Amino acid sequence: MATVTLENLKKSFGRTEVIHGVNIDIADGEFIVIVGPSGCGKSTLLRMVAGLETVTSGKVFIGGHLVNEREPMDRDIAMVFQNYALYPHMSVFDNMAYGLKIAGRSKAEIAERVAAAAHVLQIEPFLDRKPRELSGGQRQRVAMGRAIVRKPAVFLFDEPLSNLDAKLRVQMRLEIKQLQRELGVTSLYVTHDQVEAMTLADRMIVMNEGRADQIGAPLEVYANPQTVFVAGFIGSPPTNFLPALSVSRGSTEELLGIRPEHLRIVGPDKCELRARVVNAEALGAETLVHTRIHSGEYVTVRQEGSRPVPEEGEEVGLGWAKENEMLFFTNGARRY
Amino acid sequence: MVEKRGAALWLTHLGLIVGLFFIFFPIWLAFVASTISQPEIVRPPMPLLPGDRFLENYSKALVSGINAPVARMLFNSAVMALGIAFGKIAISLLSAFAIVYFRFPGRQLFFWLIFLTLMLPVEVRIVPTYEVAAQFGMLNSYSGLIFPLIASATATFLFRQFFLTVPDELAEAARVDGARPMRFFWDILLPMSRTNIAALFVILFIYGWNQYLWPLLITTDPSMNTIVMGIKQMFPSGDDTADWPVIMATSLLAMLPPILVVIGMQRLFIRGLVESEK
Amino acid sequence: MEKRVRFKGYLLPICLVMPQIVITAVFFFYPAGQAIWQSLFIPDPFGFSAQFVGLGNFEFLLSDPFYRASFITTAIFSILVTAVSMGVALFLAVLADRLIKGSGTYRTLLIWPYAVAPAVAGVLWLFMFNTRVGVVTWYLGVLGYDWNHVLNPGEAMGLVVLASSWGRISYNFLFFLAGLQAIPRSVIEAAAIDGAHFWTRFRTIVFPLLSPTTFFLLVVNVVYAFFETFGVVHTITAGGPQQATTILVYKVYSDGFVGQDLGSSAAQSVILLIIVSVLTVIQFRYIERRVHY
Repeated sequence: MATVTLENLKKSFGRTEVIHGVNIDIADGEFIVIVGPSGCGKSTLLRMVAGLETVTSGKVFIGGHLVNEREPMDRDIAMVFQNYALYPHMSVFDNMAYGLKIAGRSKAEIAERVAAAAHVLQIEPFLDRKPRELSGGQRQRVAMGRAIVRKPAVFLFDEPLSNLDAKLRVQMRLEIKQLQRELGVTSLYVTHDQVEAMTLADRMIVMNEGRADQIGAPLEVYANPQTVFVAGFIGSPPTNFLPALSVSRGSTEELLGIRPEHLRIVGPDKCELRARVVNAEALGAETLVHTRIHSGEYVTVRQEGSRPVPEEGEEVGLGWAKENEMLFFTNGARRY
Repeated sequence: MVEKRGAALWLTHLGLIVGLFFIFFPIWLAFVASTISQPEIVRPPMPLLPGDRFLENYSKALVSGINAPVARMLFNSAVMALGIAFGKIAISLLSAFAIVYFRFPGRQLFFWLIFLTLMLPVEVRIVPTYEVAAQFGMLNSYSGLIFPLIASATATFLFRQFFLTVPDELAEAARVDGARPMRFFWDILLPMSRTNIAALFVILFIYGWNQYLWPLLITTDPSMNTIVMGIKQMFPSGDDTADWPVIMATSLLAMLPPILVVIGMQRLFIRGLVESEK
Repeated sequence: MEKRVRFKGYLLPICLVMPQIVITAVFFFYPAGQAIWQSLFIPDPFGFSAQFVGLGNFEFLLSDPFYRASFITTAIFSILVTAVSMGVALFLAVLADRLIKGSGTYRTLLIWPYAVAPAVAGVLWLFMFNTRVGVVTWYLGVLGYDWNHVLNPGEAMGLVVLASSWGRISYNFLFFLAGLQAIPRSVIEAAAIDGAHFWTRFRTIVFPLLSPTTFFLLVVNVVYAFFETFGVVHTITAGGPQQATTILVYKVYSDGFVGQDLGSSAAQSVILLIIVSVLTVIQFRYIERRVHY
């Protein structure tokens, strides 16, 4: 078990800086999810912690030790890769045992630790099989098993669920969370999927173009996004953005953000904003009403499934509570 | 598929069988000649069905031969073919590993030097290569038969291509597991290259076994002759009649090992052929 | 294409490439350099000194009627070998491709002559056409044709072409069959429904789609005919009669080792080197193009 600290961590490839200085103190046993769109630098950040990428400047501490110059094997970490990276010619047992063998553990100890990990992950029946004889979900478990047999201080996950189908993804998400709770190992988890981020994280780092736009507990980030990017990225359907002036707030180029669930359809007379219904998706429990306001922006309203579904082309009014408004400066930062 | 029926189907088979006959006939004739006696051959036409001298001719060839026992030449060929196949595979694996998985000074230069050697056969630089071999005292030696023919980059190129298709994550996983470069090479990369190595082995074995010009130059001592070049040495100079049964028996012995390799490893052979020409 | 993963260190990779560097330097670059160097000198008959002649050897070579004749011989020889071995192979491959069942069997039966060394192929054909004991010679005699490749240049060329093509058929067959089997069946079926008969289908659809394979084999077979047929020529005709079958590679050997004319032999090596380089460039450009498909 260990704490992890990143101090003004930067990375450049050639002259292009791709990570512009990330700071975070991760507590022992904490589950941190790094989330962001592809190309935002989240994998690079994780790989710097793993030691697979060199650090351009800044410091990485694991368990209080500066590890910038240490090889991955000397950092007391384990990693689960997106494509699992199982050794195709080795059995499941050998895949899990490989790191221990290199570390020179005794045969008995290896057998015992692999058996224990296999038991936790319920992959005991497959220990003699080769990776190609396993299903995607089983491979995923083996990859996890390879990480946990080593009893590392930190787990690193690089989009471990993105190769699975939707149903399995939900199941494995729960299992990962449970496993991490049981083992209590500090974890860093990279994903582009905000649902994974929301459900797994103790705290999440929302990355945008090489910067950590916001670090915080999922609900706090959701309720109180610090930048336009975070407001738009976290939450589904995404936050609606209107030119602030169109509703007489702020100044030119500033944006007003309102989440779909905070909007209400009201009569056209007593509203903040008028809109025309483009179409309505009735999903049962909820209905997404897509509308277009006169300045051209699309605005989505999310309402209870029990409420009446408006007609296409209907003129409606949109209303919201003042406290749900989020106003952003031109540079993307939050004004209020 | 556009179906063939009746006469068309039989014509197709007929065409193929005629082709097979053309391919097989020289070998069949050689086989027949290796089972009959010299007088039967020198009074043409020779018979077209095998005789009863099989054992006699083959044992004569293997044990005494004409200049040197064919058994000895077979051994020389085996050493040469295996030496070339293993030697080339070994040095190519190592250098391809270095080129793909490391950055080191001179890597680009080295890369280009190696690729300059692609496809330039030994025949082209034959005289100076001979002089080099002579300076090193490699005439009539196995190292002289083997080393000059290893000096090309085809296999390096092939392994490089293959290594590039190995997912990066495997090497990273190995690093996280604590494997040093050579350990990764032995435990992961080498076992994963098994099929490629085997396919290349087939191609290189045949290449080495069938060498003619180089052994012709470098082995003057009959006991160092390889079998493929040794056959020609069995023909008498001048007007004497050649000992055809023994020569034909030797020819069959010369083609047998590579043919067995091709047929026994047909799938690998085809794969090796197609990949080494890419 | 580059790897994202890198191992650290300089010493280890340099040690790893060393064996290949040393062998290639000693047995490839040094001799190739020597060939170029020697081609600029004429050694005196006793081998004690050499006189610098610049491009003299090349000038002499290109004006030497024997060398020019050898060039023409090589051209004819390679065209014939390529045409015969590719023609027969394509014919057999088209037939085998027409079969639904059994093409695998024919393939197994046809591929193994690839393993027969050119020199051994030479001996086999020499035996069949031997002027005294050859079976084919004898039956040709019965038909009233007097075969004698030892004296007749045309027959000598014919025999080396046959023997060289023979072993090459399996190789070409393999690639043609693979190329044919890669053509989508639906294209051929569509053409059949359009009413195209076999020959029309072959000419207008199959052959054009096969052209990458054909072009590749063309280059490879020319290279084969240039360099790997030494064994055939040496065993069957030794370049004769009257140099009728002295291809360029054979001339490098006979001038360098039999005639001991090192300057000329080296110059010939350099010319061959240029020819191979050109063929290599053609092949690489072709491969690049194929990647774009």
